[in-house]
Amino acid sequence: MSKVLPLGEAIRRHVPDGASVLLGAALECLIPFAAAHELIRQARRDLTLVGPISDVAFDQLVAAGAVRRIVAAWVGNVQHGSGYAFRRAVEQGIPRPLEVEDHSNLSLALSLEAAALGVPYLPTRSLLGTDVLARNGRLRVAPCPFTSVPLVLVPALAPDVAILHVQRADADGSCHVWGPTGVSAAAARASRAVVVIAEEIVAPEVIRSDPNRTLVPGFLVAAVVHLPWGAHPSPVQGHYNRDHALYADWHAHSATAAGAVRWLDDWVRGVPDHAAYLGRLGPARLDGLRRRVSRLAAPVDYGC
Amino acid sequence: MSGGPTPGELMVAAAAREIRDGDLVFVGMRLPLLAFCVARATHAPTAVGLFENGVVRDTPALEFLVTMSDGPNVTGALWCTEMREVMALMQAGRVTLGFIGGAQIDRFGNLNTTWVGSPGRAVRLPGSGGAADIASLAGRHVVIMAHERRRFVERVDHVTSPGHGSGGDWRRRVGLPGGGPVAVITTLGLFRVDAATGELVLAGTHPGVEVDAIRERTGWPLRCADPVETSPPPTAEVLALIRRFDPEGFWTGDRG
Repeated sequence: MSKVLPLGEAIRRHVPDGASVLLGAALECLIPFAAAHELIRQARRDLTLVGPISDVAFDQLVAAGAVRRIVAAWVGNVQHGSGYAFRRAVEQGIPRPLEVEDHSNLSLALSLEAAALGVPYLPTRSLLGTDVLARNGRLRVAPCPFTSVPLVLVPALAPDVAILHVQRADADGSCHVWGPTGVSAAAARASRAVVVIAEEIVAPEVIRSDPNRTLVPGFLVAAVVHLPWGAHPSPVQGHYNRDHALYADWHAHSATAAGAVRWLDDWVRGVPDHAAYLGRLGPARLDGLRRRVSRLAAPVDYGC
Repeated sequence: MSGGPTPGELMVAAAAREIRDGDLVFVGMRLPLLAFCVARATHAPTAVGLFENGVVRDTPALEFLVTMSDGPNVTGALWCTEMREVMALMQAGRVTLGFIGGAQIDRFGNLNTTWVGSPGRAVRLPGSGGAADIASLAGRHVVIMAHERRRFVERVDHVTSPGHGSGGDWRRRVGLPGGGPVAVITTLGLFRVDAATGELVLAGTHPGVEVDAIRERTGWPLRCADPVETSPPPTAEVLALIRRFDPEGFWTGDRG
């Protein structure tokens, strides 16, 4: 049975107020910006955002007042450094106070891996002696029961929903991704629900033609959204490049709280949906971002 | 292309010299990424670069990059995998060198990228990302940062990425497996680490920089090697490579 839904409906069904939602699992690429913008359009409140590094999707959700808590290793604007909205929320409670559970990339990854593996925690040798460890509140240090070396125990974290952007999926949600995947696989298995947003919907045979490339099998997926350019301004390998100018634009406008609200009114709340957002960007800008050269992988033979 | 090297270019050249042929390097972005490209193209042709998003490359990206996940860093990669796999290589002791930057550093090379200031008057920074993992787990690591008095402090407000802690054998005592910082490359010069005390020692200055200028911008009693060397300026070849990988000076600064 097809799980394909329009973006607005998938978000309405699977990301209620107060949900913990994982975004940006692949780091700077494949960020489900369209879904983040839809959460803002639907005026979602009290979200917990989970992700390794966030780039500006987290900053925009914070600026919109949608977020109560962030569990992450890094929150900001990768291209420019600080996320102004994140700073205002943490330092001044504008537009509302924000709790932060600080991690490193590895401890965040391991918290998802633990949930994905069905174990209460996983150990690491990272972070010993740091204030990231001392101030996290959930990480603990214990001696290894075999060797007595000190280990940091990272408790499992199971988000309510992971939103993953992918190159292609079938109608059941089985999906292919290429390029770096960050914590995507663990995030999909750790989360209670997965929403897949795909550049392209393909026949099930296409997925089955290359099963090693399957990131998530459909039985773990709750909803599929067909949304070309749904990761813009982040890049999608083989489809489009990163729109650096948009990150610079957000950085400039979000320097003040009023500027951030104006930007969101302009680009998110003021446009009815993603199609209208793309219309506002205009075909010339999108054409400039499109894949310039094709690099097909050599085919592999799954025959027997 | 007319001007002499910018401070950013001097830092990239110095960072490239820290990469040995055969190193497995946890690269990061900005200046270290450029340093990796330069080292690969000159004295370290078999160095391999790892990125925390899961990209592993043994050739420089074909084009300028703003982030490690930009398309040109993926095209032609040796391996595209998960973060877990590249972090695993580091935790298992296979990554010989890592690069990190920071907002604040202290005399034992501890780095802060989380909070600066006192309670109530604090500035929130983005956080660790992978930096704390690199500082904990890489065989050795090199820090790159701007040399300003407010950044070079006696004791960081928050230890995000561990250096040598409170000095001596601190890393061994807390159980950190990686070797810790071996060098700090700044906009003004180069520090090495005293192996016994874990303290930063000024080893070199960039061309035209006086030791006193560094002392003024360092918030602890500066220790100097004897003698303090003047870092060699980048060769024409190295400068040309830097400008090929950062054609507009986006990361290495305005060239006048």
